[in-house]
Amino acid sequence: MTTTVGLDKDDLLTILAPDGTVDPELDPGLDGAQCLRMYEAMVQTRVMDERLMNLQRQGRIFFYLASTGQEACSIGPAAALTPDDWWVPGYRQPGAFVYREVPLKLLVAQCYGNAWDVTKGRQMPVHYAFREQNMVSISSPIGTQVIQAAGVAMAMKRRGHAKVAITYIGDGGTSSNDFHAGMNFAAVDKAPVIVICENNGWAISVPTPRQTASETFVQKAVAYGMTGVRVDGNDVFATYKAVRDARERAVRGEGPTFLEFVTYRLAGHSSSDDPKRYRPEAECEAWRAKDPIERLRLYLEARGLWDAAREEALLERCRKAINEAVNDNERVPRPELISMFEDVWAELPPDLAAALDEERQARGEGRFP
Amino acid sequence: MPTLTLIQAITDALRTEMRKNPDVVLFGEDVGRNGGVFRATDGLQAEFGEERVFDTPLSESGIIGAAVGMALYGMRPVPEIQFLDFIYPAFDQIVSELAKMRYRSGGQYATPVVIRTPYGGGIKGGHYHSQSTEAYFTHTAGLKVVVPSDPYDAKGLLIQSMRQDDPVLFLEPKALYRKAKGEVPDGDYVVPFGQAKVRRAGTDMTLVAWGAMVGVCLEAARRAEDDGISCEVLDLRTLVPLDEAALLESVKKTGRMIVVHEAQRTSGFGGELAAIVAEKALEHLEAPILRVTGFDTPFPYTLEEVYMPDADRVLRAVLKLHRYES
Repeated sequence: MTTTVGLDKDDLLTILAPDGTVDPELDPGLDGAQCLRMYEAMVQTRVMDERLMNLQRQGRIFFYLASTGQEACSIGPAAALTPDDWWVPGYRQPGAFVYREVPLKLLVAQCYGNAWDVTKGRQMPVHYAFREQNMVSISSPIGTQVIQAAGVAMAMKRRGHAKVAITYIGDGGTSSNDFHAGMNFAAVDKAPVIVICENNGWAISVPTPRQTASETFVQKAVAYGMTGVRVDGNDVFATYKAVRDARERAVRGEGPTFLEFVTYRLAGHSSSDDPKRYRPEAECEAWRAKDPIERLRLYLEARGLWDAAREEALLERCRKAINEAVNDNERVPRPELISMFEDVWAELPPDLAAALDEERQARGEGRFP
Repeated sequence: MPTLTLIQAITDALRTEMRKNPDVVLFGEDVGRNGGVFRATDGLQAEFGEERVFDTPLSESGIIGAAVGMALYGMRPVPEIQFLDFIYPAFDQIVSELAKMRYRSGGQYATPVVIRTPYGGGIKGGHYHSQSTEAYFTHTAGLKVVVPSDPYDAKGLLIQSMRQDDPVLFLEPKALYRKAKGEVPDGDYVVPFGQAKVRRAGTDMTLVAWGAMVGVCLEAARRAEDDGISCEVLDLRTLVPLDEAALLESVKKTGRMIVVHEAQRTSGFGGELAAIVAEKALEHLEAPILRVTGFDTPFPYTLEEVYMPDADRVLRAVLKLHRYES
């Protein structure tokens, strides 16, 4: 038996109101330390996004894609999961990497594609992969990760592991082949996966009515026979609770959950587009009033956990951390030539070894190995 | 040693490896309860249970995407695509995900998936059950492409595929599923990748083929003997990795080469082989390289036997090449 919340647009799981007050019936009961960790990760994520976007504007990295305004979408769920749960992310959840304490130095290194980049300079910025933190490699084609996450969860189930996989797409991604395949496979197999649609209103320049004629995205859960909840994506307690509940159902063997996080992309899709070309500025302003970070700050202040001095100290700490990570990376060289040829296969085959040799000799770098 | 058909050899390979490695799982359309539309997985769900041998929803992209996920988590998925002609919804998952995962993750993640799929004509299957589109996949860095031509190789190459740390596309010549019979050892053995096999030794020219075209070339070679022409037949067995050394060695010996494939001519794998020989053994060639292939048309239904290279057509090319004087 599945239940769905959010069949119409008035139906939205909200716990933390924009004024920082909490619905006592739905309060997930997080202790002070947990709330502070989430808050600090949200602030660090925003500061990192701003700094890296500036770095792109300065021409020091070639591309960036920010999550500004959507920090609660990744950090609530990150807090609700265990480190053993797997992320099969989309490209707009940097907060999950911050919350899982991937060193900022390594995130920045990936954006530079330099010798510190654990993915060896092979992908555009923000296409992270961190095996140690159970974060799967990000790809650009839309939706591919949803069916892969279902596969990860099918494997968890077959091995009898009490874990879940979580995956993300945007509102536009619900139109993709692999969203459908992933939802369907997950539900049929009762795989322990949580599929999150970050509905931020825009797929680059295309608004949600051009993606679906459904009144809400969560309606799609009904057709797949899956539990679905429409969640205030700017409310970190709601995103936390929705994922915590979904996780509990999944490890009990009750199968996957589909969550629609209703949010808004305050920045452009990426450094490559100008949102003023396709959407009204007033829409943006209305959403700034629902800022997820502001909301949690008001709550923390009301609970006596936060004040202006702490805010100032945190901002300074976050800026210092990202600035150090950037400064450290500025001096790091490009990856070695061999990095272009390695990892195509488990072992470097003779033809690629020969190509490497030839390139090295042409550059006066000596023979392989 | 038991005599098995090619399809029985495949079932035997799957059973052998599944008994040995609990991480191997089989899935796809109709592979569970029905044992596959060609019976490749016959009896395996009964032996290994529904968690290891299971039917999936009807979505090729879903089948391969799920296989990628299961492999990421450490399992050894062996999905079946019912016909190679149906694989294209999964093209993105194969080309940009499966084949790229190790590379794009900096070697942190691997996806050792074996995609089994029947390919090729000869069963009156029309356009959607007959094509040989291996070249789409040999053009993909990070994906191995294997094509057995007899039951012994089918079992040995499939077991070897399931022990690779890289993804493999395993193309099964469906026309030979029941037609090809041969001695197949019980139990475990492998045929290594990248080792072509000389199926028939000869001195006048080299016929290069894989899968179902190997038998066609052998027949043409037998008939060419009547004209006093000695053909060597080289079975590549794996297109990626390619046994370039065996190819060059044979062509250097004979000085003449014909590539035979079912796939349409333009941008077929035969063009790649011709280019390799031209680059690395030009001075040994005594005649132009010829190709005997499918035509640059869609695969037809009624005129199937005209489309597919047969011994007559290969023999015509053999005689033409033999007559060539530089």
